[in-house]
Amino acid sequence: MRRTTLDLWVGFFVIIGMAALIFLAFKVGNLGASNGGETYVVNGQFDNIGGLKVRAPVKSAGVVVGRVKEIRFDPKTYRAVVSLSLDASYQFPRDTIATILTSGLLGEQYVGLEPGGDEAMLQTGDALQITQSAVVLEKLIGQFMFDKAAEGSAPAN
Amino acid sequence: MNGLLNFIRRLGATAVEGVWRIGFAARFFVLLLRHSGQSLTRIHLTVREIYFSGVLSLLIIMVSGLFVGMVLGLQGYETLQRYGSGDALGVLVSLSLTRELGPVVAGLLFASRAGLAVTAEIGLMKTTEQLDAMDMMAVNPIARVVAPRFWGGVISMPLLAALFSAMGVLGGWLIGVVFIGVDNGAFWSQMQAAVDFRFDIMNGVIKSFVFGATVALIAVFEGYDCTPTAEGLSRAITRTVVTSALAILALDFVLTSLMFRGQS
Repeated sequence: MRRTTLDLWVGFFVIIGMAALIFLAFKVGNLGASNGGETYVVNGQFDNIGGLKVRAPVKSAGVVVGRVKEIRFDPKTYRAVVSLSLDASYQFPRDTIATILTSGLLGEQYVGLEPGGDEAMLQTGDALQITQSAVVLEKLIGQFMFDKAAEGSAPAN
Repeated sequence: MNGLLNFIRRLGATAVEGVWRIGFAARFFVLLLRHSGQSLTRIHLTVREIYFSGVLSLLIIMVSGLFVGMVLGLQGYETLQRYGSGDALGVLVSLSLTRELGPVVAGLLFASRAGLAVTAEIGLMKTTEQLDAMDMMAVNPIARVVAPRFWGGVISMPLLAALFSAMGVLGGWLIGVVFIGVDNGAFWSQMQAAVDFRFDIMNGVIKSFVFGATVALIAVFEGYDCTPTAEGLSRAITRTVVTSALAILALDFVLTSLMFRGQS
């Protein structure tokens, strides 16, 4: 086969291989959607994070504004410290409330941000002052059963 | 007693042979890397091999990818539907393809389509003493014949695996959205929310790169090392396919446990 024909075919092969990779990156994957770009990191302390995982979404008003960057345990306060990496184009007031929520009944857990009314905005390294832990279903059921039992025994006293 | 001794002797011989072959393969690999300069400076040698192992594998890779994706779409929908989450079909198809099936199945196809041809070619060159003739003419056969075939395989394989995954996703889309009627928006948006570029797709590309290097090395080594007879050649070809398949599956397990364990 002539060398130019060969080169043409190989060039064609490389181009459609690259096109497949770009298709995977942009159409199948999440590249280009708020993944790159500037971010800033804030921390929040939670009593219980439930099943929250690293890379879980951070949402405000249902829109993804960042990702959970790191989860660790603070041995001094005995609470979980969750680092959130937020998109730099979204600024939140200092008194923003962070809540761990569940999407749907059995869906994955995410962090919901409820903006406050402070003038000053969150900066890198700031701590979220008000947090709300994940709702643990077992605890809730336990509490409910305990209340029912207490209700049942109340008239006897 | 004598039979037992013979058995142990044979076992020992097999072990020694095996270790010797591994050592020879390692030395061969180092030699191959040291003589790779020519396959880069005379790039048309490598381009020719990319044509033979990459371009000519295009059809089988694309058609297989499409069918694997279509089967995933059918079977996945069947199961997901029971739990009322047929919309998550895109997630299932794309994650299984980019993480596992793309690199592994493309690697197996590549081994039997291109690896086998390389072994046969080099083996026949050895059998007909073309390699020795090159040596006599002061042309290093490793630099001239082996290295370009190795690099051709290494370059082709990630591109083929990416194509396989892309065609598979399209196949899943074809079955899921066009024929079964999963919502088009939910299919793509849930997929994009679940598939991470660096975590899922790049790890798949790294896998396919490793598989490509493994298959190419096994193919050129078996060809170069074959017994120069008709029977030796046929054995070398068989060994290429068997060893490549086993190596891909074993390496896939190791890579998966390194990459994905304990994360999501």
